[in-house]
Amino acid sequence: MADNGEILLRVDDVSLQFGGLKALSNVSFAVRKGGLFSLIGPNGAGKTSMLNCISGRYRPTSGNLTWNGEDILRHSVNDRAHLGIGRTFQNLALFGHMSVLDNILVGRHHKLRNNFLTGMLYWVGGARREELEQRRFVEDIIDFLEIQHVRHEPAGTLSYGLRKRVELARAMAIEPRLILLDEPMAGMNLEEKEDMARFIIALREEFEMTILMIEHDMGVVMDLSDQVAVLDFGKVIASGAPEAVLANEHVKKAYLGEADELLDELADTAERAIA
Amino acid sequence: MTHVPNPRPTGDFRTSYAGDRTLFATRFETNAVIAGVLFVLVSPFLFSDYILSQFIIIGIYGIAALGLNVLTGMTGQISLGHGAFFGFGAFASAWFSSRGIPVLLSMPMAGVLTMAVGMVFGIPAARLKGLYLAIATLASQYILEDFFARADWFTGGTSGSLAETANLFGFQFDSDGRYLYLVLFWVIVSFVGVANLARTRDGRALVAVRDHYLSAEIMGINLTHYRILSFGLASFFAGLAGALYGHYLGFVSAEGFTIILSIEFLAIIIIGGLGSVSGSLLGAAFILLLPQAMETFANALATLVPAISQGTAYIKQMSVGAAIILFLVLEPEGLVHRWRLMRANWKLFPFSH
Repeated sequence: MADNGEILLRVDDVSLQFGGLKALSNVSFAVRKGGLFSLIGPNGAGKTSMLNCISGRYRPTSGNLTWNGEDILRHSVNDRAHLGIGRTFQNLALFGHMSVLDNILVGRHHKLRNNFLTGMLYWVGGARREELEQRRFVEDIIDFLEIQHVRHEPAGTLSYGLRKRVELARAMAIEPRLILLDEPMAGMNLEEKEDMARFIIALREEFEMTILMIEHDMGVVMDLSDQVAVLDFGKVIASGAPEAVLANEHVKKAYLGEADELLDELADTAERAIA
Repeated sequence: MTHVPNPRPTGDFRTSYAGDRTLFATRFETNAVIAGVLFVLVSPFLFSDYILSQFIIIGIYGIAALGLNVLTGMTGQISLGHGAFFGFGAFASAWFSSRGIPVLLSMPMAGVLTMAVGMVFGIPAARLKGLYLAIATLASQYILEDFFARADWFTGGTSGSLAETANLFGFQFDSDGRYLYLVLFWVIVSFVGVANLARTRDGRALVAVRDHYLSAEIMGINLTHYRILSFGLASFFAGLAGALYGHYLGFVSAEGFTIILSIEFLAIIIIGGLGSVSGSLLGAAFILLLPQAMETFANALATLVPAISQGTAYIKQMSVGAAIILFLVLEPEGLVHRWRLMRANWKLFPFSH
């Protein structure tokens, strides 16, 4: 599939089964370093399950996940942040009672060395110095995402669009090499979507992160991604460059049904995207 | 906890990251705390031993409640065995000091030993939540109570054990006034310690575990580690407070450390404010002073209506219960929340936000 570039994450023959339900069957794809890979598919196709396998919420029933030539599954869930995998959640999973600043600082957890003892002593033992250093780092993210005005607000009190941004900020604070974005644009208005698209492009170009994204907005997917895989009923039915995937007959059937008007709309979108 | 705005006074700007992370939000708060400490420092010269003993007990219960607040308020793990850990600290310190370790040293040592015991009991907590955890910690309460009654070598069994008077280079902490200074020292150390914890890595991790443990794990937080750590910290403060309590009374016996005490600690943090450092002390003051306020109230009522003078004891008990129920209905988020509302009102008047 990947014709050039180094592979950062390889998903190899992954299956996930819950009792009699096969959420994923023999899914394989590879995410190129520095690329933006989109997973699309109808609701319930297993996209989020796939992300959960990578971030560690689920353990695949069979198959391999290789990160830089290393087996991810050997690492515990909390170890994966250290490996360089960060993610955002579809249904917002912020720490509601903590301030935005503290939420983002939690993302720095694996970079910080102070523990409960040095933390309690604060002034002696270096916790203060370290916390302030991290604050500087976090402020850069806050500036980048333009959330300065809410940095002291509790995350639970923010609007939906802002919370999505704070989620992204928290995932960025991990300094991941691969960032998993679960529907970053869901429920946003046009303006918020444009902002988010700008941030995603910058994640790739400025922060040199590799992105694996789930998104339903086809315009966004076509515009931003350089590789797409389509999941349906837990199977990859097509993958490759966005244009090629969209032209695929299976995709048209599975993803959009066979209603002609939908197909036309999609063709329009694709044309605009390619142009 | 509902968010209440706390705008800074005009002209009070933050110009550095350090200035934005201070222990107290405003200069007024800093001054108020310093004034409070000075007040306690001079109180032995002003008040009777009875009032001083109230201060001492409030301080001791405040430290224990602070520990429970780290566990329940910050990490969101309930414990019904806090009173037993409090008792364990009292026995441990008495035991250490009976082996010739100076009392001032045996107190933190008792805290550390209680911490170790608490972490052992905390291991199941890494897997349990909510009501299931409550029942598991209830087991720790009964196991420890049974241990107090049986372990003669450690606790003196049913006859209890003597706790020596603390002394520092010949200075005996033998009066209420002197002991108050010792308690004040540990109150400051504990409260500053937990306030610092709350603004550093591990404190944030604890709150993250409470607010959303799934995403906390993705952020690189080891859930098992932090759940057990929070049990350890809670037990440390319970043990330390218990040690202070034991050496204050001079005698430790198992009857005092029942489930009732554990529930009292829970009541303190709920009334003070879950997850709030200062709320632990406010709650302790409220719970300990309320019965006395109600006794005064009942007695005053009896002088007005002589017919009920036989029943003042009942009236007192019922008023305590009624006050707690009313409090929980009217201010479920605790004294700290009420205080924040008043502060916001004062600062923002005549506007509402």
